[in-house]
This record gives sequence, C-alpha cells and structure tokens, in this order.
Amino acid sequence: MSEHFDAIVVGAGPSGNACAYTMAKAGMNVLQIDRGEYPGSKNVQGAILYSDALERIIPDFRDSAPLERHVSELRFWMLSETSNTSASHRNDGFEDGKPDRYTILRAPFDKWFSKKVREAGAVLITETTVVDLVKNDKGKVIGVLTDREGGPIYADVVVLAEGVNGVVGQRAKLRPELKPQHVALAVKETHFFPEEVIRERFNLQGEDDGVVIEVLGSVTSGMVGTAFLYTNKESISIGVGCLLADFAKTKIPPYELLDRFKRHPAVVPLLRGGEMKEYVAHLIPEGGYDAIPNLTGDGWVIVGDAGQFVNAVHREGSNLAMTTGRLAGECLAELKAQGLAPTNDNLKLFRDRLGESFVMKDMKKYRKVPHLLEKNRQLFATYPRAINQVMQAYFRVDGMDKRSKEGIALRNVAKARGGWWSVATDLVKVARAWR
Amino acid sequence: MSDKQDAAEGGRMEERLYQNRYQVDEGRPHVKIHPQAEDSPELQALMAICPAGCYRPTENGRVEVVADGCMECGSCRIVCQETGEIEWAYPRGGYGILFKFG
Ligand SMILES: Cc1cc2nc3c(=O)[nH]c(=O)nc-3n(C[C@H](O)[C@H](O)[C@H](O)COP(=O)(O)OP(=O)(O)OC[C@H]3O[C@@H](n4cnc5c(N)ncnc54)[C@H](O)[C@@H]3O)c2cc1C
Ligand code: SF4
Repeated sequence: MSEHFDAIVVGAGPSGNACAYTMAKAGMNVLQIDRGEYPGSKNVQGAILYSDALERIIPDFRDSAPLERHVSELRFWMLSETSNTSASHRNDGFEDGKPDRYTILRAPFDKWFSKKVREAGAVLITETTVVDLVKNDKGKVIGVLTDREGGPIYADVVVLAEGVNGVVGQRAKLRPELKPQHVALAVKETHFFPEEVIRERFNLQGEDDGVVIEVLGSVTSGMVGTAFLYTNKESISIGVGCLLADFAKTKIPPYELLDRFKRHPAVVPLLRGGEMKEYVAHLIPEGGYDAIPNLTGDGWVIVGDAGQFVNAVHREGSNLAMTTGRLAGECLAELKAQGLAPTNDNLKLFRDRLGESFVMKDMKKYRKVPHLLEKNRQLFATYPRAINQVMQAYFRVDGMDKRSKEGIALRNVAKARGGWWSVATDLVKVARAWR
Repeated sequence: MSDKQDAAEGGRMEERLYQNRYQVDEGRPHVKIHPQAEDSPELQALMAICPAGCYRPTENGRVEVVADGCMECGSCRIVCQETGEIEWAYPRGGYGILFKFG
C-alpha cells in the first residue's frame, strides 16, 4: 500500500475509534489498523460504559449500540474473610429518561463502534500488527511499519491508540517502559445464566435494570486492588485486579484470588448454577497523573490507555479513552482545515484542550492517590476487616448494652491500626489525596 | 510445591482456558526466554502470577514458557523488563487470543 493518508490510527478500542470517527466525520482521509481478527477481539473491560463521553461522539448511540443493562443501582461491598458490610445507591429517575451508564461486553461493543467508524468513512484493516513507526531524518513520524508485506504506510500524523502496553510508542522511543507499580493486572470471568435468574438474584425491577458491585477488602489479600461483579443481560462479569508489583511480591496467582472471591459467602449464591464461558486477563494503567507520558511530538499523538488515562478511584477508563480520542481528532481536523502541519508546536492545541477538559482536571485531582495507596496497604486490609468486626459486634445480641459495645468496637478499630494516632494519620492522608 | 499440587493446578488452568478461543501461530511463539546463568526472582515469580499459567518449572528446576494460552496481557514483559530474560512481541496480526465477550 503506497497511498498517503491524512492520519493513521493504531488501535480500534474506544480511544482509536473515537479519534478515527471524529477525523473521518470531518472529512479526513483516515486509515485505522488493529491487530485483532475483529476490533474488540483483544480488548477487556469490566465493563461500565459512561454515556456522556459516547453521546458527545454518537448522540443516538442508544438506538443501535449493544448495551447490556443500564445501571440503576451501585453497590459497595467491604469484605472480610467471612462477612460483608455494604452500602448501595439506587436511582430510577434518569434525566430525560436517559441512563448515564450501562454495562457492556467489549467485544460486541467495539465491533459496533468500529462499524460506525467505517460508516463515517475511515478505512480499517484488521489482523495487522503495527511493529514500528517510520521517522524522517529530522525525527518526525511519517508513517508505520506493519507485519504485513508491502512496506511502510505513510501519513501526516500517527495516533497511538494502542492501549496500556504502548509497545509501539516504546519501541520508537517516544515514551518510557511501564513500571509494575503503575499498572494493575486484572482477571475476569463471564458466567452465563437465564435472564430471569439474573433479575431475581439481583432484585431488578425493570427489564433492562442492572446492578454493579464494587468490592474492597479481604478479596485482594492485602494487595492494592479491588474486585467487581457486574450484571449483563444474560451473564455476570466477575473480576479482581491488583497492582502488578503486588502480585510479583506476594506471588499470589491472580486466578486463585478470583477463585477465593467466587467462594466468598456473599458471592456464592449469586454465581450458583451459571456456566463460565470466558476467562480473560488485561492490564489497567493506574499510575495516575504523574505516569502520563509525553502525549505529542512531531507527527504523533498518544490517546487513551496508552497515555495512562484511567481514573482508578472512580473506575473510569473507557470514557477518558473516548474523550482523549475525540479531542485529538477534533484538534487534528482543525489543524488540517487551517493548513497547519501536526508538529509538536501546533499540537499544543490538543495539549491545551486536554488541560481544560475534565480528563486532566480529574487526573490532577487524584494525583496523590496512587502514591497513597502504594504506601498505605492497611487501607485495603485492616480497615475493611475492622469495620466488619465492628458491625458484627454491634449487631450481636448477647446481653451486653449498646454503649459498652460502641466503646469496644471503637477501641478495636484503633487496636487494628496500633493506636488512634495511626487512624488519625490515615484519615488525614486520605483527605489530602482526595482534595 | 508438590508434583501433585502442580498437576491439579495445571488441570484447573486448562479447564479455565478451555472456553477461550485462540488462533495459535504454530512454530512462531511470541514470548521467549533468554536463559541466563540463573533464573531471576522476577522470572520465577511469573510461574505464580502469569494469569494463563504459561510459565512452568522444567525438570531441572529452570523456568520455561509455553505461550499457547497467553492472553497477551503484557505482565511478564513488564515484570522482567530489567532482567532482559524475556523477548516479548504481540503475535502476528490475527493470531493469538480472540475474546468473545472481553
Ligand atoms: C478488567 C477491567 C475492567 C475495566 N472496567 C472499566 C469500566 O468499568 N469502565 C471504564 O470506563 N473503563 C474500564 N476499564 C478501562 C478501559 O477498559 C480502558 O480504559 C479502555 O479500554 C482504553 O481504551 P483504549 O482504546 O485506549 O485501549 P484498548 O481498549 O486497549 O484498545 C487498544 C487497541 O489497540 C490494538 N492494538 C494494540 N497494539 C497494536 C498494534 N501494535 N498494532 C495494531 N493494533 C494494536 C488492540 O488490538 C486494541 O484494539 C477496565 C479495564 C479492565 C482491564
Ligand atoms: S503476556 Fe500475560 S498471559 Fe501472556 S505469558 Fe505474559 S503474563 Fe502470561
């Protein structure tokens, strides 16, 4: 292929699709390359889809996207080995009847999004791995090399939407290698059930209502991480993820951690009788703001997970991927319309837009969180256990008066952390990182 | 870890991966080990933490990799980046894991 494109997008996940769609809609000549048999065949998510980010790209997505359930209830579980303390938030009144989040399955969802991208006019080639970037003698990126025959493919700009591993960007020395403490390794299984079983087990009212459960505590065996359990139409997604550095240190097999979660008394009745049809693993960027690499250079832009855009506290990633992809697409189309080359200087436009968007603001807000969690593993083990002990003691009817119970319970929390001073310091640290 | 335990775990991993779809690129493994004088602790840790159980001990106690069940997560690449023991690339386009649901 010796054709020259306005832009080449590496990857057809949410960031690459958002970017390719935006540029194609603006009339640019776009080539998108994905290494999977079909877009989505390499991709993993929990998965919660946030409507807002997609609505800004495809306003009527609800009419055709493969959505599983709209999330009408969020549950938070804090687990100890044998008990569970939980909270939940339910909302049936959506603005204009339009839910703000849905559960999805990534393989069918990415296929759908990719179809929209092609309808918008982009050219997609699948089953093709980009192995390197092509630069001119001034170091400007001018194209890509793939594992197909036919030599390099050229473009004015290459958008790296290649996901968390960022292999192409690293090989071309545009970015540093990832660190084990900056990524989480997540494993997940999909268990299938008849639809009625899911509705009954999770107490779902409407036909499309869904529940998502986020889980902290003993499930991660003291490692920095969380677990989740999401309802799809006819399946349940269940998974757990912890920092890769913690897995390497504890040598706990991730699938064993998942099995332990599945055996927890709070989970067993929810999974009974299902059929497990897929087991997957994927990394999640969790290094936060300080791990974001340089995002632009002469002839290249990085978007999505490749740029570390995940807000681990709120479990948002795909929306940041779509938003960074869309913003890059808009800026590249504007530069093109003005006859400006996508040089690092001109791409300041993208860096500025990103800085003004919620994406960078949120990444900055939680800048200290990765550091806090890495240094304070007690937040994942000690407190959930202590809180469960407090609840157990408090609700046990055993002849002791409630005031004495309260005293003992509070002292137990302090004891678990070696004194009130430690508890107070923990609270201050958390508050500071949240500010 | 005893042999018996090993076998049991191998069995369970096969069951777990049984439902997954793969297009294996026969004769072109995308993950390779460049053995050094001794296996580093990082390489040894992969026997426990590779989510697809691709790393196993050989009879003479070294670590080997059989990446047919690999889910291309990249964990081994990152954990061993400094030891230089692992050569890692994505499989050729179209090969490797094929997620049905993701
Ligand atoms: C277990 C788990 C749960 C999650 N839960 C949520 C959630 O509930 N909500 C949420 O918003 N986010 C969630 N995330 C995060 C979310 O999945 C990511 O942020 C999002 O997928 C990033 O999109 P992306 O397009 O940047 O990258 P990806 O989705 O990883 O897409 C990258 C694409 O590039 C292709 N590619 C890579 N390298 C090459 C190459 N060299 N040549 C050609 N093609 C290539 C791949 O095939 C792939 O299609 C979760 C992630 C995980 C792992
Ligand atoms: S990439 Fe992931 S699944 Fe594949 S061998 Fe490495 S650790 Fe195992």
